[in-house]
Amino acid sequence: MKQVVFLLILIFNLLSGVSQQPKRITVCETCELKSIAEAIKTASDHDTLVIKKATYKEYNILVDRPLTIIGENYPVIDGEDKGEIIRIVSDNVTIDGLFIINVGTSYTSDYAAIRVVKSENFVIQNVVLEKLFFGIYLEKSNHGKVYHNKIVGDAQDEYNSGNGIQLWYSHNIEVSNNIVQGARDGIYLEFSHNVKIHNNKSTDNLRYGLHFMFSDDDVYTNNVFENNGAGVAVMFSKRITMKGNTFRKNWGTAAFGVLLKEINDAEIIENTFEENTIGIHIEGSNRITYKGNNFIKNGWGIKVLGACYTNTFSANNFLYNSFDISYNSKLNDNVFDGNYWSNYTGYDLDKNGIGDVPYRPVKLFSYVVNQTPEAIILLRSLFMDIIDFSEKVSPVFTPDNLMDINPLMTKVQ
Amino acid sequence: MIHIEGLCKKFGKNKVLSDLDLNIEEGGVFAVLGPNGSGKTTLIKSVLGMVVPDKGRISVMGEPIKKNWKYRKKIDYLPQIANFPGNLRVKELIRMIKDLRQGESNEEKLITLFKLEPFLDKKLSTLSGGTKQKVNIVLAFMFDSPLLILDEPTTGLDPASLIHLKELIREQKQKKKTILITSHIMQFVAEVSDIIIYLLEGDIYFKGTIAELKTKTAQTDLEHAIASIATTPAHV
Amino acid sequence: MFKILKYSFYDLIRSRWSYVYFLFYLLLGFVLLFLNNDISKAIITLMNVIIILVPLISTIFGIMYFYNSKEFTELLLAQPIKRSSIFLGQYFGVAGSLTLSLVFGLGIPFVLYGLFKSDAIFDFTLLLVTGAFLTLIFTVLSFNIALSNENKIKGFGYAVLLWLFLAVIYDGLFLMSLIVFKEYPLDGFSLAATMFNPIDLSRTLILLKLDISALLGYTGAVFKKFFGTDQGLFISMFMLVLWTVLPIWRLVIISKKKDF
Repeated sequence: MKQVVFLLILIFNLLSGVSQQPKRITVCETCELKSIAEAIKTASDHDTLVIKKATYKEYNILVDRPLTIIGENYPVIDGEDKGEIIRIVSDNVTIDGLFIINVGTSYTSDYAAIRVVKSENFVIQNVVLEKLFFGIYLEKSNHGKVYHNKIVGDAQDEYNSGNGIQLWYSHNIEVSNNIVQGARDGIYLEFSHNVKIHNNKSTDNLRYGLHFMFSDDDVYTNNVFENNGAGVAVMFSKRITMKGNTFRKNWGTAAFGVLLKEINDAEIIENTFEENTIGIHIEGSNRITYKGNNFIKNGWGIKVLGACYTNTFSANNFLYNSFDISYNSKLNDNVFDGNYWSNYTGYDLDKNGIGDVPYRPVKLFSYVVNQTPEAIILLRSLFMDIIDFSEKVSPVFTPDNLMDINPLMTKVQ
Repeated sequence: MIHIEGLCKKFGKNKVLSDLDLNIEEGGVFAVLGPNGSGKTTLIKSVLGMVVPDKGRISVMGEPIKKNWKYRKKIDYLPQIANFPGNLRVKELIRMIKDLRQGESNEEKLITLFKLEPFLDKKLSTLSGGTKQKVNIVLAFMFDSPLLILDEPTTGLDPASLIHLKELIREQKQKKKTILITSHIMQFVAEVSDIIIYLLEGDIYFKGTIAELKTKTAQTDLEHAIASIATTPAHV
Repeated sequence: MFKILKYSFYDLIRSRWSYVYFLFYLLLGFVLLFLNNDISKAIITLMNVIIILVPLISTIFGIMYFYNSKEFTELLLAQPIKRSSIFLGQYFGVAGSLTLSLVFGLGIPFVLYGLFKSDAIFDFTLLLVTGAFLTLIFTVLSFNIALSNENKIKGFGYAVLLWLFLAVIYDGLFLMSLIVFKEYPLDGFSLAATMFNPIDLSRTLILLKLDISALLGYTGAVFKKFFGTDQGLFISMFMLVLWTVLPIWRLVIISKKKDF
């Protein structure tokens, strides 16, 4: 009996399944369906909405069932600054190829161009966002993909601008090949674990190119962060891997390639830090491996503030930085071993490729500049070279055990 | 030719010329004499504009010399110490001075006269003191200016060259030029000069012919006359 | 003036010292580039050379030339030439030959190395321009000292002292005052202090290129405006011109009053 009932249910399901075959719904100016919101209401689960090229003045579009929404030739959705534009509250939603502009700005709620709420298995790709407040906002949503989108903001002030891509309590997400510029923070993560961020380009953002808070086990690789207000900030997170990223031209008073604050057990490998005011600014971060990175023409290659223990720096290139390393205390518990320093002036008599004299990367002058910032104008003066030399001979103000015993004679390739 | 009125010059506290009046007429050789430090060179340099007077007026050929440099076209000057840029060759130096003055010149005759041909391609730093002085003379005499100022022209010269120098001076005298000479060699002065100007403590102590000087001091020899002039009381 | 310049210049380019100076830079350029193979590093080393050695050499060379050509000067003074022309001519002769030694001495190795194809060309040009200015400035300063001091030993001493003061002592005093008054906003002061020392000024110009990342890390608004815009470059250049022109002007004035 049981089997019969089961069989009947199966047949019924199959039949109803046939009747609910996923269908393609077209939305265009001359079609029956002229609005996206309307089309969503008529659609069944797993249908595909094809949006033809036109301008749709809509906002508060609620995607509450698993749908694929595809734009053809980038149809424009103009929110006319009235509020949020698309909100996804269902699993298995794909958004592809839309051009969304004029997201409303509010001081009380974070309007986004696309917001995903408590949903899984979503894909947002090939979307162009302009004139936005928040761009793509993932809220307690997991296992999704944000791929190949372009977000161009025009943020002027921090208080009335939003982030390009924001993840909040969202895990196992892949954010890749996006271009984000002119937002407050390019990419922002808070309480989001196991996120993979790669091949993105985050430039000209008001504050940070990438901003991490309380997010563990994340990996970001091969991204480019350039000319952001303050660079990239990674804070209060564990087991982060940063590999092959480029941090360039983050200039300014509090600007850096990367800020590491309370980061433990991270790996920073093969990144390039070029022409930043500070390459890496480290505060209270422990057990981090720095390997094979290039620090080129930064003001400060690495600036260490506060207690940082058991970090290892090896096989990095320090090239033409105004200061290679700066410490604000006399204590050192970090290891510098086998790096290449362009400022190294020692010799290699036994020709083993390792300098015979240890290199001291912390200059007295960097200590002086920490105390009296205006003294920076005396950089590279003969007087400073003389006092740096005397400090090198007998360290008084800088950590005396901080040295690279095996400085390389040639660059690490 | 040269008219000086109330000329004063102090170097620090040292008063070198005090209220000096002097008139040098056109034509003739004027020997400026005086003990060491009497202001001979300062006087000459004032005329040349190398020393800037504290007070007083100088005019050369009717032209006041203050803030003026063109009048020097009419002056040939032979400085006391002949020292030239060491890297230049003699030929180049002569060419340079010619280039700077842009006037007619007859250096070839003078070069032959002083037998300087072998030295023309030598650098000035390799020349002996006497040869340098000869070059110096060539430079001073090669132009045809109405006023010649010679500061110790005999220094380092051999007897033959000295004779040539005297001839040159005589030649110029015949051309009615005005020549101003300082020298410590009294025999030379006696031979060439017409008028003696004797300076003492920054003022003209005596001006007149050699004969007048001898009469005044009751000496037969110029050297003695000069030596005793300071002890002879009062002005002319 | 141009005639005097011409003769002083000829005189100098035939002197042993110009060659020594020229060969020194040539050798330095070759050693830096071909033993090192790193143009950026070479430029940093060159900067140190330029802001320290160029002033020293210009000062010593200038003062030596002036004293050594005293008789030549006197010869010229008796010629129908304006006084200022004599001194300006000699000055530009010396400064010109020194500048040429510097520019060619360093330029040749860099051009051979393939500088024109490198991004470093602007940094390098700036270095040479700065070096040329420093030559002009320190030669005229030494001429001023020589003209005011009859005594060679004294003049030489003053000249070396001037170099030592501007190259080292000035910065020491500068740093001390920064540390003593660090409670006050000092960016305006420190920029002004930089302007009053041609060596610091040149250094700042080069820093604008080499260390802009570090300079922009400082908070002061005056700094930010100075380094963050082209203003810094213009002001520094203008001050360098002033540093050249004012001593030349003084040279002309005192040469008119001086007795020889």
